[in-house]
Amino acid sequence: MTKTRASGRTVGGLRTLSLQAPAVTLLLLWMIVPLGMTLWFSFQYYNLLMPGMAGFAGLENYEYLLTDPALWKAMGNTLLLVGWVLAITVIGGTLLAVLFQQEFAGRGIARVLAISPFFVMPTVSALVWKNMMMHPSNGVLAWLAESIGLPAVDWFSSLPLTSIVIIVAWQWLPFALLILLTAMQSLDEDQVEAARMDGAGPVAIFFFITLPHLKRAISVVIMIEMIFLLTIFAEIFVTTSGGPGLATTNLAYLIYIRALLDFDVGTASAGGVIAIILANIVAIFLVRMVAKNLEE
Amino acid sequence: MTTLSSKTAAPRSVSGWRSAQSKRAIITVLGWMVALVIFFPIFWMILTGFKTETAAIADPTLIFSPTLESYQAVHARSGYTRFALNSVAVAFGSTFFALLIAIPSAYAMAFLPTKRTKGTLLWMLSTKMLPSVGVLVPIYLIFRDVGLLDTRTGLIIIYTLMNLPIVVWMLYTFFKDMPKDILEAGRMDGASTLQEVFFLLLPLTLPGIASTGLLSVILSWNEAFWSLNLTSSKAAPLTAYIASFSSPEGLFWAKLSAASTMAIAPILILGWMTQKQMVRGLTFGAVK
Repeated sequence: MTKTRASGRTVGGLRTLSLQAPAVTLLLLWMIVPLGMTLWFSFQYYNLLMPGMAGFAGLENYEYLLTDPALWKAMGNTLLLVGWVLAITVIGGTLLAVLFQQEFAGRGIARVLAISPFFVMPTVSALVWKNMMMHPSNGVLAWLAESIGLPAVDWFSSLPLTSIVIIVAWQWLPFALLILLTAMQSLDEDQVEAARMDGAGPVAIFFFITLPHLKRAISVVIMIEMIFLLTIFAEIFVTTSGGPGLATTNLAYLIYIRALLDFDVGTASAGGVIAIILANIVAIFLVRMVAKNLEE
Repeated sequence: MTTLSSKTAAPRSVSGWRSAQSKRAIITVLGWMVALVIFFPIFWMILTGFKTETAAIADPTLIFSPTLESYQAVHARSGYTRFALNSVAVAFGSTFFALLIAIPSAYAMAFLPTKRTKGTLLWMLSTKMLPSVGVLVPIYLIFRDVGLLDTRTGLIIIYTLMNLPIVVWMLYTFFKDMPKDILEAGRMDGASTLQEVFFLLLPLTLPGIASTGLLSVILSWNEAFWSLNLTSSKAAPLTAYIASFSSPEGLFWAKLSAASTMAIAPILILGWMTQKQMVRGLTFGAVK
């Protein structure tokens, strides 16, 4: 390899360039064209139902969107959804990773079962939970509640956002578990053993050895989940359609309503720009972390 | 996978051995309970698929006479096969193109690195972090204008681009792990670049390429933002077909369960097989 490179850096550079050209060109187009269009539309009056009303709108779409209570409701829902799902999956995932790290009979099979929900397509998860689990009269949860003498909960009408949180957390808990379990494997067993010899209990070992070891993996889980959770869509689409009212409308769903139901391209694009900015704030940190890892 | 050999420290006394035994028993019970609770909705769905519609909404029970009538109904009435074929075409089509475009790129990064390689790689990953909903409007309008709405080609294009960064990334890590001496030896023997790639690199990294492909298939199969927004009937894959059960008149639990079980079974099995590689691809190597 060094030999061919020695013949001239420009030759290698040219070859690299031509080999990378297809991937780089396509990704560049995929990034710039839609992004540019979203940005452009966000400054235009553009409603598919009113073809005559076109032209430069300045910041009016943003003004309209930012003064719309629906946007703030949707932002609040997005935050609640992301926050709760993160809390459940990260704390739950860490505890489960510790549990599934212990040796026990059939651990391999138990792990596989626990990781499974991550491989289920979102529309299936959402509908199975909505109908068979959370149905107020025929669902398994209602049956469980009644069999211990509690009233059944009408999940989607009385606790709509909580229901969505439960479904999404069920899908992403296995993701956190899978990543953290992998990170656990590089935990230094000798260190744990030494701590045990020194009389450290399991709780102390968890807080002073396991948790610091998992720190980086946990932050990766948080960032990747944030990027995906910011734009949860299918789960809402097939269960509540954003309702009742705006109770389960998040930013992604609001943009969908504005774009494909109201045909208001301008406002929807302004919403899209906001979503991109939010995701980028998270992405910057994630890319930095990956870059640091590449150095090693 | 299950190790029954007790490799724990040798018990020093009978009482120590007893407490270790009871601790192990508690962990076994706890581990299995948690696993079964998490898996329960999937288990219940599989079970409901073998019930009649009346049994499906009756009080939960494990005892019932299994029937295949829901499976037959799903096949006969709703044309399950058509949606499944769309899913297969879209998932495998996009994976094929993603690999085709990514292999040269990953090869260049792994074996002909320049100063810009790292930057290019990170930039590719960052395109993956662009939220789909941010570009929904332009993609929808472009697709409408060029006639790609509700076509398999349209979805294949989107999924290829969507998975390209992860595919390049994973291939790059697999290529980098390959011992350089082998390629070097090939070159000494006068192999051209093409020969080098086809007769040395690809066969030697086949397991890595296969698991990269599987991850791409899994991600495309389960994708439900673009499939719901860009397809309606002709090109709708299984994600969109299952979504059609959300309408009130479509609430037949046994049929929903039968269709869902068929839709997730292949991916569930692939997922079980590729857990480790999933971690590599999904975290961009940030967790080892």
